Amino acid sequence: MSQQTKGPNLLQENVGVLKSRMGTFYPGSHVIFRGHDLHTDLKDMDWVELYVFGITNRRFSKEQLRLMHSIWTYTSYPDVRLWNNRVAALAGRSRSTGNLGVAAALAVSEASIYGRGIDMRAIDFLIRTRQQVDEGADLTGCIRQELDIHRSIAGYGRPLINGDERNQHMLALAQSLGLNQGPYLRLALSIEETLFSGRWRMKMNYAGLVAALIADIGFSPREYYLFLFPAFLAGMQPCYIEASDRPEGSLYPIPCADILYEGESRRAWTK
Amino acid sequence: MSTTEKPHTIRTRIWHEDAESDNPFATRAAYCRGYDVYGGMLGHARWVEMLYLLFRNEAPSAVQADLLEALAVALANPGPRDASVHAAMCGGVCGSTAASSLMAALAVGAGQLAGGHEIFLAMEGWDECGTDLDAWRQRHARPDVASGSIWPKSEHAPGFDPHGVSTATSVKQTLACLAGFDCGKYLPWLQQNLSALEKSADCPLALSGVAAAAFADLGFTPDQGEMLHLLLRLPGAAAHALEQRPLGYKNFPFGTVELENESTGEPA
Repeated sequence: MSQQTKGPNLLQENVGVLKSRMGTFYPGSHVIFRGHDLHTDLKDMDWVELYVFGITNRRFSKEQLRLMHSIWTYTSYPDVRLWNNRVAALAGRSRSTGNLGVAAALAVSEASIYGRGIDMRAIDFLIRTRQQVDEGADLTGCIRQELDIHRSIAGYGRPLINGDERNQHMLALAQSLGLNQGPYLRLALSIEETLFSGRWRMKMNYAGLVAALIADIGFSPREYYLFLFPAFLAGMQPCYIEASDRPEGSLYPIPCADILYEGESRRAWTK
Repeated sequence: MSTTEKPHTIRTRIWHEDAESDNPFATRAAYCRGYDVYGGMLGHARWVEMLYLLFRNEAPSAVQADLLEALAVALANPGPRDASVHAAMCGGVCGSTAASSLMAALAVGAGQLAGGHEIFLAMEGWDECGTDLDAWRQRHARPDVASGSIWPKSEHAPGFDPHGVSTATSVKQTLACLAGFDCGKYLPWLQQNLSALEKSADCPLALSGVAAAAFADLGFTPDQGEMLHLLLRLPGAAAHALEQRPLGYKNFPFGTVELENESTGEPA
């Protein structure tokens, strides 16, 4: 395909054509996954290893893969109140299918105050700030500039409470794996120190910590975004199961009186 | 998270229900923005009036309802060549659930090429530039430097067709029809300044660009326009998904993948 071709010619060149660097399957024979035979070359990969290989086309050490496993494990909460989990549970409550409920729950995990929205802002902030600091910028100035633009720092503070129960465990694991000496983690901790000791009083949250750890492994923002897709997944199925096991409709029943109406007074439809 | 005295209450300016005397969970009467839905609107209100009322605080004027209905007809079926409908048909052709076909259409139709987020971005343009041609030129010349977003960078001016040569007849017909309602200033201005805007965008107007201007003329915000665009394109996705189901996967394009060289995975 010519990179110079534009307009309908570009589309015409691609009619009926499927070219891929990623792979294909030959029915009844074999499957190619990023240049390798899935069932011979890659058969011993564990699932996370294959998942990140599919995203990055790179191989990772067993320590790095252990860290990636735990990044997902430590943030899988089977708590039905959490907004994404609640979607899975409401699907069970309404006797929808598990796939639909969990797929929708994962889709809403791309939120602006948690999940992928904040994850992307967090890694972007760390990459930009490291570059600015390396070029001689003052860290406090970078933080002030970010606060001026966004009124918050992605990866610091938290919707429900300031502080994050996951961080001490993840930091301990990173230390045990020898993955706590990277420049992005050092930067993230310096930002926390600046934010917490200053008037902002914000602590680093899990999104900030994980963004730093993964940036130190060398993921690009897009790789990071795709890697995190199943981050909350393991907490969702329990919510669906429990709601499905209860009498139908009995999770989050809302009586009419619990809707607090703040709108227009009653009026007649005259059209 | 609500911390009010009644932590289970949901606040809304849209909807109120009175309960039956024998059951606090059964609806005796429902009111949308103050109008009795089942006792007053039903049988009298048009679908587009209800739609408009849900998103805005007031019912639409007659011309606003007419414009929204015409727009809904224009958007109802992007057709089987459209990526969102293609996605829905991928669900239908293999017997996936109805909801998954619509979810597929929504996910694919949410994007920045003819999708919901393109509407959002194009409507931000109307908010920023209004009917100032120079402002549009500056906006189109400004590279998208947005980083830290879940959305990819824009690759073309929102509302315009990056693969187009000239304005498609269907787009011109839609623009002429919708501008003819004389409901707001953006559609007529778009029609009058089409050549200059297309030159500035370096590609012809797309249907999404007409839709964005229409949503703006109707007073919707970019968030509302994005949501309505997603919603109004679903009927065609649904119909095409159902149509493919009995035809089956053997009658649906599958093709052959031609592998290109991929360098083997390197250690991180």
